[in-house]
Amino acid sequence: MSLAFTLRTPPTVPLEAEVLTPARLAGLSAPEVAKLSVVHGNERADLGEFFQVQGTADGGGAGEFRLTGDLSRVKHVGAGMADGRIVIHGSVGMHLGAEMTGGEIIVEGDAADWVGPEMTGGRIVIKGNAGHMVGAASRGSAVGVRGGEIVVFGNTGNEAGHGMRRGLVAIGGDAGDFAGVSMLAGTIVVLGSLGWRAGAGMRRGSIVTMHPVELLPTFSYACTYAPLYLRLLLARLRRLGLPVADAQVSGRYQRWSGDAVELNKGEVLILEA
Amino acid sequence: MGSSLRIVNGRVYDPANGVDGEVRDVCIRDGKIAADAPPDAKRIDAAGMVVMPGGVDIHCHIAGPKVNLARKVQPEDHRYDVHPRTRVTRSGTGGSVPSTFATGYRYAGLGYTTAMEAAVTPLGARHALEELHDTPVIDKGFYVLVGNNVLLYRLLQEGRLEEFRNALAWWIKVTKAYAPKLVNPGGDELWKGQRNANITSLDDKIGPFELTPRKVIAGFIEAATALGLPHPVHIHCNNLGHTGNVATTLETMRLAEGRRTHFAHVQFNSYGPAAGKSQTNPTSGAREIAEFVNTHPNISADVGAVMFGRSTIMTGDAPLAYMLRQFGGTKWVNADTENESGCGIVPFTYQDRVYTNAMQWAVGLELFLLSQDPWRMVFSTDHPNGGSFVTYPRLIRLLMDREFRKARMAEVNQKALDRSGLRDLSREYSLNEIAIVTRAGPARLLGLTRKGQLGVGADADVTIYEEDPDKEKMFSAPRYVIKDGELIIEDHEFRVDHEGRLLHVAPDFDPGIEQVIEPFFEDFYTIRFANYAVDDRYAPHHEIIPTAPQAAGARP
Repeated sequence: MSLAFTLRTPPTVPLEAEVLTPARLAGLSAPEVAKLSVVHGNERADLGEFFQVQGTADGGGAGEFRLTGDLSRVKHVGAGMADGRIVIHGSVGMHLGAEMTGGEIIVEGDAADWVGPEMTGGRIVIKGNAGHMVGAASRGSAVGVRGGEIVVFGNTGNEAGHGMRRGLVAIGGDAGDFAGVSMLAGTIVVLGSLGWRAGAGMRRGSIVTMHPVELLPTFSYACTYAPLYLRLLLARLRRLGLPVADAQVSGRYQRWSGDAVELNKGEVLILEA
Repeated sequence: MGSSLRIVNGRVYDPANGVDGEVRDVCIRDGKIAADAPPDAKRIDAAGMVVMPGGVDIHCHIAGPKVNLARKVQPEDHRYDVHPRTRVTRSGTGGSVPSTFATGYRYAGLGYTTAMEAAVTPLGARHALEELHDTPVIDKGFYVLVGNNVLLYRLLQEGRLEEFRNALAWWIKVTKAYAPKLVNPGGDELWKGQRNANITSLDDKIGPFELTPRKVIAGFIEAATALGLPHPVHIHCNNLGHTGNVATTLETMRLAEGRRTHFAHVQFNSYGPAAGKSQTNPTSGAREIAEFVNTHPNISADVGAVMFGRSTIMTGDAPLAYMLRQFGGTKWVNADTENESGCGIVPFTYQDRVYTNAMQWAVGLELFLLSQDPWRMVFSTDHPNGGSFVTYPRLIRLLMDREFRKARMAEVNQKALDRSGLRDLSREYSLNEIAIVTRAGPARLLGLTRKGQLGVGADADVTIYEEDPDKEKMFSAPRYVIKDGELIIEDHEFRVDHEGRLLHVAPDFDPGIEQVIEPFFEDFYTIRFANYAVDDRYAPHHEIIPTAPQAAGARP
């Protein structure tokens, strides 16, 4: 049986648990896992003080484990993971899958801010809502997500895809302000509505939305068309479980070029009503 | 203080006292080097180890408003380099611009016990002093930026030389500075007044002033000499970083006319004219500069070597920062300090494959290897401009280990290397020479008679390294570091925290000068005259280094 963690004592302050990756747990027994060190506030603690651990970790780096409970104060779960799978039955805290390079994280509840910052590969699926800075560049960095996929079924906060360079951020609900701010390339699909100033400072890349949106004056209308790649992309998002309507797959989209402050090579695609 | 120590069996390198690798005891009493120690003194067996005075950094950027801006502008630089607290030391962050506490501990961790912050605007003195106060272990001081000062320019322009000298003394004293610093004299003034303007020769007119850099530099050398400052004018020359600037540098050096003058990070001012098809790729001017310094005992310089990797350009030379940000193309800072200076900050990475960067690296090494007087061509990377001070051990290895240098040379841009003179140089520095360029030399150039040496009465700042054929490893982690007689690092670990002193000068001036300065403040400054001088509360632990007539090029 794979490892299963049940939150027994919810932490009172943030718990930094970057040990929770398949590679770190590989081959360990439940008692060994319980002894792993985490940081609770500014003090070191054992993982076992917070979690009841059952089962044995899968061998190799490609194992799978489950976490159950309200983990909204547990940070850095899956940070840096390269392989394997984490399933979280509940909500999870900040920096989920930060800088991950591969593998998959599934969250049945909500995720806090900073989902998958600067990830380069793999997939994160959030069934609920996510906070700000989904797939963003860490503060000070010029480059955010460099690859991989983040799929959020619910809404997200501000600055989704900040500085992203490659990859996909798909949002089933609404996105907050500044979606795709300073993005360099890559794709952001928002089935709900976009907040203010989407794509501010974007150099290249695509932001797709299904609702009318007020763009910055540095975006200009180019044409209306039905891009083939978007059909394929939306069909794939539907297979992943997002509520993509037929009209969206077969629809025509207005293409707005921008941001003019960065040479107009990016685009915002808006479904024609 | 108060404790006694006897270091036995170590090979001692104390070039100021002519000790070159002799095995002898070093005794410490009450924070000073002593002739003997009581029998019950703690003994350190330094068998197989090298004993040197604590390192002295003559030119670095570690505190003050511009350093803090550099920290704030690049949070990504700190993220992967956390400096954790220990039982006795405090936490911080590293990267190319470490936090104050990390700066002090990391300097001490390399065996350095004194460092001079090389550029603080007078208005930034309070901030710099507060940060220096929070920089543990090392003794420290700062150079005050006076080379683009509007009132000093006015006095100089009107030929009021006595008032100019008094005003300079006033500025140094009220800011608690250690030396006057000129940065691209006239450049900032011009830059602030005209779009994209900069000084290109010593005879350019400085904006609205009837002055040229030539007049300004000569005026400052004259005044500083008359004031008898322990460290002379510290000059960052015009045209720094520009291809072909070696001519300007030599012309500036000639202005000293036999008087003591220090040239900062001279590597950045040692570029010959462009070669080949390129209009901009510099050649090496290291030979000309080294020859001039070799033959002029009044001139001293620190190298300002470039080390590959991440750095942060931070300078009072605002037009230079503008030029450099065009290469990087990412974030940068440019700031104006009203009547006093400009400022620019650019995160930067030196790459060994890039022609210019490889040339800079080669020029730095050439300057070291061509220098015939290590007392006057001393060690620096202009931290963090040419590279972080944590790269010092690698630079030492490049100087001491010919094979290591050759291996590294094979990896850099070969075109640049062909046009430098580095291939022809096979010299290797000895431990004694390293002790001179990193300790005894800078201390002497700073006029710090009790530093950089282990004679009786000297400050008991001592570093003990375990001998190792890999000099980078050897100088990376001293086994023991003693500051003011206290054993700070023992067996590579911090045992106690320590607060060093502020080193500053307090030259005399005619109090009547305040009648000249005050009206200018009321008219043009954003701060009232009465609030400007920094009081003693900003320097709780300090030492005033006396001023006295200084002989040019003299060896004590």
